[in-house]
Amino acid sequence: MTGDIVQMGAYIGAGLACMGMGGSAIGVGNVAGNFLAGALRNPSAAAGQTATLFIGIAFAEALGIFSFLVALLLMFAV
Amino acid sequence: MAGEAGNEGLTFHPMDQFKVKPLFEGALDYFALSNATLWMGITVLCIIVLFVLGTGKRAVVPGRLQSVAELAYSFVYKMVEDVSGHDGVKYFPYVFTLFCFIVFSNFLGLIPGAFTTTSHIAVTAVLAMMVFLFVTILGFVKNGFHFLGLFWVSSAPLALRPVLALIELISYFVRPVSHSIRLAGNMMAGHAVIKVFAAFAPLILMSWVGVAVTPLSILAITAMYGLEILVCFIQAYVFTILTCVYLRDALHPGH
Repeated sequence: MTGDIVQMGAYIGAGLACMGMGGSAIGVGNVAGNFLAGALRNPSAAAGQTATLFIGIAFAEALGIFSFLVALLLMFAV
Repeated sequence: MAGEAGNEGLTFHPMDQFKVKPLFEGALDYFALSNATLWMGITVLCIIVLFVLGTGKRAVVPGRLQSVAELAYSFVYKMVEDVSGHDGVKYFPYVFTLFCFIVFSNFLGLIPGAFTTTSHIAVTAVLAMMVFLFVTILGFVKNGFHFLGLFWVSSAPLALRPVLALIELISYFVRPVSHSIRLAGNMMAGHAVIKVFAAFAPLILMSWVGVAVTPLSILAITAMYGLEILVCFIQAYVFTILTCVYLRDALHPGH
């Protein structure tokens, strides 16, 4: 059991940062689920909205990627 | 993860695959040939081969290569036309170049042992900054002062507009950050997960626990690889379509 308290803090912080990914997962699921619900109501309009679906997923996903990046920075850069 | 492999010489770090190494002996400076430049060159070569050979013959009944080239072309063309409108088609070559470069470097990075150039923020940040500068300059050239109407939401109540303008301004300048980190982060995360499972795979050589763990981890690598093929395409698609969205904002800044 060696190492200093700064490294311990960095590792705990990296673990905590990963909680952000859960939020992003909820967001992406929300976007995709609502799209599916709408698409099943009106299947003929669904094909034209796939681009919007991917843009929405990309915006929701970006925040999860940010938290992943924070975790990586804490693990390897600090 | 590497701890399981013990001292058998199979230890590796999941992030080792993203290291930029010089190809030949010598220090890694700005002009040294590295594995990043090698794979970027291979990417460009593949794009040239696909489009020069694919469009060279111009057969009425397309062959395999020509079908792929035509499919890619019309896919991106339709995307630009749908998202940025008719006057966005003028900038289609730039968008298509971006799409080709990203999709090829993503897929070439999936070859075991290859280097994924788009997994580095340095690469994607340059791509995103180019898009950001291009779109901002284009917006001011095309619309002049009216481009600032992008931040002044005229449909909102007057009292709310300064607050909204601040939010819009921040979100505008965060664009290149999220644009670049999304691509690099997705590429890096997927490849790192594959490597983490790969570190568990040789466990069968060391202990009896491996009898259960090794098949599972090999299965997980296969499943992740399949997912990665999907993610590689979707991320290239998302990068391109966001470029189109920013282009539309620059051409028609009114809300």
